[in-house]
Amino acid sequence: MRRGVVPKILLAIYLVALLLPIYWLINMSLRTNEDIMSGLTFWPRHPSFEKYSAIFNDPTWVHAFAVSLAYVVINTVISVTVALPAAYAFNRYRFVGDKHLFFWLLTNLMAPASVYAMPFFNLYYALGLFDSVWAVALAHCLFNVPLAVWILEGFIGGVPREIDETAAIDGYSFPRFFVRIFLPLIANGVGVTAFFCFMFSWVEQLLATTLTATEALPFAAVMTRSYSASGMDWSLLAAAGVLTMIPGAIVIWFVRNHIAKGFALGRV
Amino acid sequence: MTDKPINNRAWLLVAPVLAFVLFSALLPMMTVVNYSVQDTMGANNFFWNGDGWFRAVLDPSTESGQRFADALFRNLSFSFVALLIEVPLGVAIALCLPRRGWVVGLCLVIMALPMLIPWNVVGTIWQIFARADIGLFGATLTGLGLHYNDTQDPVSAWCTIVVIDVWHWTPLVILLSYAGLRAISDAYYQAAKIDGASRWAVFVNIELPKLRKVLVLAILLRFMQTFMIYTEPFVVTGGGPGSATTFLSIDLVKIALGQVDLGAAAAMSLIYNLITITLCWIFYTIMTQLDRRRDA
Repeated sequence: MRRGVVPKILLAIYLVALLLPIYWLINMSLRTNEDIMSGLTFWPRHPSFEKYSAIFNDPTWVHAFAVSLAYVVINTVISVTVALPAAYAFNRYRFVGDKHLFFWLLTNLMAPASVYAMPFFNLYYALGLFDSVWAVALAHCLFNVPLAVWILEGFIGGVPREIDETAAIDGYSFPRFFVRIFLPLIANGVGVTAFFCFMFSWVEQLLATTLTATEALPFAAVMTRSYSASGMDWSLLAAAGVLTMIPGAIVIWFVRNHIAKGFALGRV
Repeated sequence: MTDKPINNRAWLLVAPVLAFVLFSALLPMMTVVNYSVQDTMGANNFFWNGDGWFRAVLDPSTESGQRFADALFRNLSFSFVALLIEVPLGVAIALCLPRRGWVVGLCLVIMALPMLIPWNVVGTIWQIFARADIGLFGATLTGLGLHYNDTQDPVSAWCTIVVIDVWHWTPLVILLSYAGLRAISDAYYQAAKIDGASRWAVFVNIELPKLRKVLVLAILLRFMQTFMIYTEPFVVTGGGPGSATTFLSIDLVKIALGQVDLGAAAAMSLIYNLITITLCWIFYTIMTQLDRRRDA
């Protein structure tokens, strides 16, 4: 394929535009509030990690970070585990109502979280789960379980059916076949699915804040609260914002080679 | 596709998913249905209201109907503009990416970064970035002599939300398109080279048809997300100034949690949900048709 200089320049411009707002946040987080208000500068003149250490030394922030990670991990484990057999069923068999069921699952991806905020509050309050990591983890299953089924179904479709048949002839029982032979074959797909569940649970905030009050308040919600309480502490807000990007950046590193295929839901 | 064996015991494999989704979708949805057909005089006194709320919300001559119609129109035009920018831009950038090498990996990781930031933090980033005093974006636009103020001026506010959405979600279109482009075998490009096809001809005759499927997916996903947008405008503009950026989800939360007008909010939720599902069903049908044509 012929390649000129123009695509490279366009790509570079795009990447700069993409990174500028993030850079600006990092820039802010390294400056003091007085410095921020005194005028625009492109570099932090006296970089200080004061706000970061303030966050690390405040139990509220640390607790909230742990809480966020906890419900995200619980949700990811649940979503992937229950979605695996279902995705297999959808890909390999026809059964009564399969197409309707699949579409109904997808409709839950299209359900605005704002519709569910109030009923979820009632439901989890009645169950005594309100303000716990379990409430958020279960609520996020609303969209993560269907999403996991969708992505895994695409990846499972890439595994030839002959493998299932050979294993059956070799006398493997279904559970043993599934765990010993099939799972290793779709390991990439499982990784990518886990990444997506992690991502969508990590970024969702409307349900997470509606279902929690003090004990299980997510990190990003503590951010919103802290600035409305104490005026605008831009620097602290920016530092907290930078910290929320770290888990995502770490997870994405693990799936970097499969990410494009993953975003196409395993369907290319 | 059609040679799949029929096996109704596959329901057993689907059962866990069904249980989870029934619990978190159907159960809460019944509460919404319950509210939508009742009116209250306060103090937990509910009485039957039939389709009263639905008629009010769907009739633009009533106050709540007018409000719903306005929010729907705002939301549809927002979705339209966002998609109109994001899809061509995403495809263009995907075409600019090299086909292999470590640069690709790095670019893809960087591009995925905005999608991994919690949505209210995305709001915060832009709240800072768009301010005329401390934000680069706001300061630059003001410096260019534009009348820019994302919290006071409706046009600025609306455009800011579009810019945020483009920044936040164009990477999704890029990643999808890139995955689609990579799936095209080199043989096509070689054939085109032998025929002496121009770059444009290669794009129109080879790349675009091959991208059709991922593009439908991209449009479907992006439409869903823009139609349900809540957190970013909530943080940056709060739905204002006035109601310039009050999209459907924001309006719904205002009615349900702000005014505690449960009946109207519930009826609106159901109609809102139904519109989303119908539109997505249309996309989904197109998608599966494409699947079938490919398999045939």
